[in-house]
Amino acid sequence: MKLPAARALAAPAAILVLGLFAPALAPAYRSQMAFLWVMIVFALTWDLLGGQMGYNSFGNVLFFGIGMYACVVVQRDFHLGYYSALFVGMAAGAVLAVAVGALIGSGLLGLRGHYFAIGTLGIGIAAGELAGGWDFVGGGGGLVPPMYPGAVGGRETFFYYLTFAIAVITFPVLRWLYSGRFGLAINAIRDDEDKAEAMGLRTTRYKTTAWCVSAFFLGLLGGAVGNLIGFVDPREVAFASSTYGVWMVLMAILGGKGTLWGPVLGAAIFHVTQELFWKYLLGWQRVALGLLIVVIVVFFPRGILGWAREKWPERFGHGVDEAASEGGG
Amino acid sequence: MTPILEVQHVRKSFGGVVANNDVSLAVPPGKIYGLIGPNGSGKTTLFNSIVGQHPVDGGSIRFEGREITRLRVPQIARLGLLRTFQQTRIYRGMTCVQNMLISVSPAQLGWRSAYRRSSPAEERKAEDLLQFVGLHAKRHLPGGDLSFGQQKLLEFAMALMSEPKMLLLDEPTAGINPTLINGLLERLRQANREFGITLLVIEHNMRVIMQLAEYIYCLAHGELLAHGKPEAVQQDQRVLDAYLGAT
Repeated sequence: MKLPAARALAAPAAILVLGLFAPALAPAYRSQMAFLWVMIVFALTWDLLGGQMGYNSFGNVLFFGIGMYACVVVQRDFHLGYYSALFVGMAAGAVLAVAVGALIGSGLLGLRGHYFAIGTLGIGIAAGELAGGWDFVGGGGGLVPPMYPGAVGGRETFFYYLTFAIAVITFPVLRWLYSGRFGLAINAIRDDEDKAEAMGLRTTRYKTTAWCVSAFFLGLLGGAVGNLIGFVDPREVAFASSTYGVWMVLMAILGGKGTLWGPVLGAAIFHVTQELFWKYLLGWQRVALGLLIVVIVVFFPRGILGWAREKWPERFGHGVDEAASEGGG
Repeated sequence: MTPILEVQHVRKSFGGVVANNDVSLAVPPGKIYGLIGPNGSGKTTLFNSIVGQHPVDGGSIRFEGREITRLRVPQIARLGLLRTFQQTRIYRGMTCVQNMLISVSPAQLGWRSAYRRSSPAEERKAEDLLQFVGLHAKRHLPGGDLSFGQQKLLEFAMALMSEPKMLLLDEPTAGINPTLINGLLERLRQANREFGITLLVIEHNMRVIMQLAEYIYCLAHGELLAHGKPEAVQQDQRVLDAYLGAT
């Protein structure tokens, strides 16, 4: 029942081509489209923990903020050229995010279920408060990344392709992780962690690795987004728990937790509707967004792909093999 | 023959309730031993103590001559001592094949190999074992869609996939369709004979355990009441009293 390789590759290839030519097709929407890729990376990296591993994290925005701050600090203090500073900064952000992830992960990932969710809830908020009180990183006023040196209008195109590139790297890496034993192991942890331990799986190692992979891509992304937005505010931009922190959860749930394409789909739908709300329902956009969330949770508790999987299990490779010899039990 | 599993004077209490008191038993390698006792006699507690689910209050547990009293569950599992659960535990959201593939021997899941795909040999073995327990046709169904009895069979197959040296089975036939029990017993014997897995089986069904086990330990009120060959235990007055509630 496996999809032929050609068909499995058709969708990524189409998206890749579309993504490459999108700025030329719709130059007016480059920033919004850049944010579409940002949202996709948000949803994908959240789903690695929340969907595939069953650890609902509300603290992932921490890594995003760390990456953002680290990148802009490198750009400010290391006198490198614009592009080298940006790329060194993004790399530094990713490394720092992974280090922080490994450090706090060892403690936090010992919590299970709701306790983990609650434990992570305060992380983003605490980080925002800490950054807001730390003068080295600009305190409550935040930081401003250096000006883009290229031609007017080149900035949007550059950051579009930068966020596009991050998304294009993130997706196959996660897909590769899910396709091997690592994917099976984190699914096993999601379904029954006690059983996984009883079978001898090194659950802590898998959990920390997953958390660090998520941290890596969010750290990388943070630097790019700080520059894309043009300023780094501790509470509203970097450690934005109430917007990005919540959206990444919603998008993954909307598309279908624990599926490869669900987060991509969810992020696309969420982002497009949100932009439409801003444009056509100004003043009511938050109400509309709230209604959308209610609709998602009530009608698609398992997300769009989760719902599809329940409705057509055979298309997802689940089914009784009629040809095989008769089963027992 | 030195026992593969040796439990000596194990004591475990929960608050004021003494669940295991001075329990000692030994299982020689390659055998099938039984553990019986009325409800609440401390059988599952003893299993939990052996596999490191909770610390014991006293006594020692040795596996292949190695002290494992203070080791935790995953460490003991990696030594090759596995248990199945009374309330069957499988990975509900994963297909049967996936359940099997992640149950490979923990030695296969090192730093690097943990990120690889499962090998074709493992996939074949997973399918063979699913065939062995009669779940081959359902191999692409999520574990949670199986009936309780089928989940038990899947859990058993997962345990075999992991190539343990010894398996502790907590009521393997409970909830299984009576017409299938004989088939399951045959598979347990086959696992013991062909894969060389030592079995210690908790069982309530007397007919089953008397057929299956070569030697039986009987617990009552947390203490070892009697042990011996099935025929002897069956006729032991103390065992009959414990089950029938004589005064």
